[in-house]
Amino acid sequence: MALLRPLEPVSQRTRILLGVAFFVIFFAAWAAATLGGYVSKTFLADPITMVKDGWILLTKFGFAHDIGMTVWRVLGGFVLAAVIGVPIGILMGAYKPIEAFLEPFVSFARYLPASAFVPLLILWAGIGETQKLLVIFIGSFFQIILMVAVSVSNTRRDLVEAAYTLGSTSIGVVRRVLIPATAPDIAETLRLVLGWAWTYVIVAELIGSSSGIGHMIIESQALMATGQIIFGIIVIGVIGLVSDLLFKFVNRQFFAWRLA
Amino acid sequence: MRTDAILRIEQVSRIFPAVSGRQPVRALEPTDLTIARNDFITILGPSGCGKSTLLRIVAGLDTPTSGRVVLDNRAVTGPGPDRGMVFQSYTLFPWLNVADNIAFGLRERGVSETIIHETVAEYVAKVGLRGFENHLPKQLSGGMQQRTAIARALANNPEILLLDEPFGALDNQTRGLMQELLLGIWERERKTVIFVTHDIEEAIFMASRVIVMTARPGRIKADIAVDLPHPRHYTVKTSPEFSTLKARLTEEIRAEAVLAAEAH
Repeated sequence: MALLRPLEPVSQRTRILLGVAFFVIFFAAWAAATLGGYVSKTFLADPITMVKDGWILLTKFGFAHDIGMTVWRVLGGFVLAAVIGVPIGILMGAYKPIEAFLEPFVSFARYLPASAFVPLLILWAGIGETQKLLVIFIGSFFQIILMVAVSVSNTRRDLVEAAYTLGSTSIGVVRRVLIPATAPDIAETLRLVLGWAWTYVIVAELIGSSSGIGHMIIESQALMATGQIIFGIIVIGVIGLVSDLLFKFVNRQFFAWRLA
Repeated sequence: MRTDAILRIEQVSRIFPAVSGRQPVRALEPTDLTIARNDFITILGPSGCGKSTLLRIVAGLDTPTSGRVVLDNRAVTGPGPDRGMVFQSYTLFPWLNVADNIAFGLRERGVSETIIHETVAEYVAKVGLRGFENHLPKQLSGGMQQRTAIARALANNPEILLLDEPFGALDNQTRGLMQELLLGIWERERKTVIFVTHDIEEAIFMASRVIVMTARPGRIKADIAVDLPHPRHYTVKTSPEFSTLKARLTEEIRAEAVLAAEAH
């Protein structure tokens, strides 16, 4: 029996087993490299030290508060970008003059690296929460606009035509065809951009911050505490994975009509 | 019959502008056609003869290069609920169930929910979809989707119903049943219908008048009355009168199909 046939689906059980297997191999290789003495402890902590350091961080140094701060910054900046960006994206996708007006600038702006704005934003907004939120906002906002606009632009033309022959006005077409038809794609866009927002927040916290996962990581570097750094990175990964699964689950509940 | 015209197509032509160095495409020569109220017209022609273009112009989804379409003494300037349309592709809104699809046009016009409820129930029954009201389009067969599309167009009570090869993607048996269903509805309600098809049997079976179009550039080649009595049963397809008409239309179409095949 050929195990690998192109596009051949696997069962749900096999899928989960294989997914978990990679994590197991990853940790095993890491443990072997560090505990086996192949890599110096100064550069890479072993998994056991990492877990110990993590426990100390959580129990003695209030790391839970840092995690909370980081999550709040990501969500704050991301929600702000989504609330403003999604409507603009919809308008841009629906109305071609608006697209012609905004598209060149947005395409330019989305390549501006959010992290490069950190020094400027510190000048403008200080080192408080506003600056952190703005970094996330700049990183997410233009991406959301552009991706939503593309989704809306790609709405099936025959559905729009059908709506017109049923008496829809142009606003009716936007509200009752373009938006419901692209809602699953918009949700998918938000899921992707939320993932990117996580990378911006750490950058924002590395500079001029007194709390957050990124702040902890930069402090740990000064102490050569690689166990803590890795614990911080893993926490980010786990939160990202959980939020991703939640997003996927919610999308599946809301947009059952899209699933084959 | 021509005195009570509902729709007049006056010198309507369509030339698609040149794309990237190619010649402009003359899809439709200046065409005149008058359609009587409550008539069932089929427009028959080979693929790419401009019959769909003509229908889209009547629907207001395409703009003629010259000429105009007049519905009830008002010139057509764009699409509207007075001209219901059923497309060849499946155009049900995939996020709405059958009942909400049928209600779409009524909701757009702000009809009260009580009336919407009654109208939806009425048309669900007419197209034989009782028990499927809460199904999503993806859960329906192609035939059921097109029945819903017909109900959706009719529930809006249009002046005229336009159908663009609505059964083109269906298998032969389903297609036959759909023809009977649509003809049955027409025989009871006598709504004005323009039905575009490339299927000769379909054109004769349903129509009281068949318009034959030539290969591109499209123009009207023949205008043939079908005097078979109503109500029509599917067995009419094997009657001598039907065969005579079919033979005649086959000749008309064949010449055009040969021309069209040579042009491509």
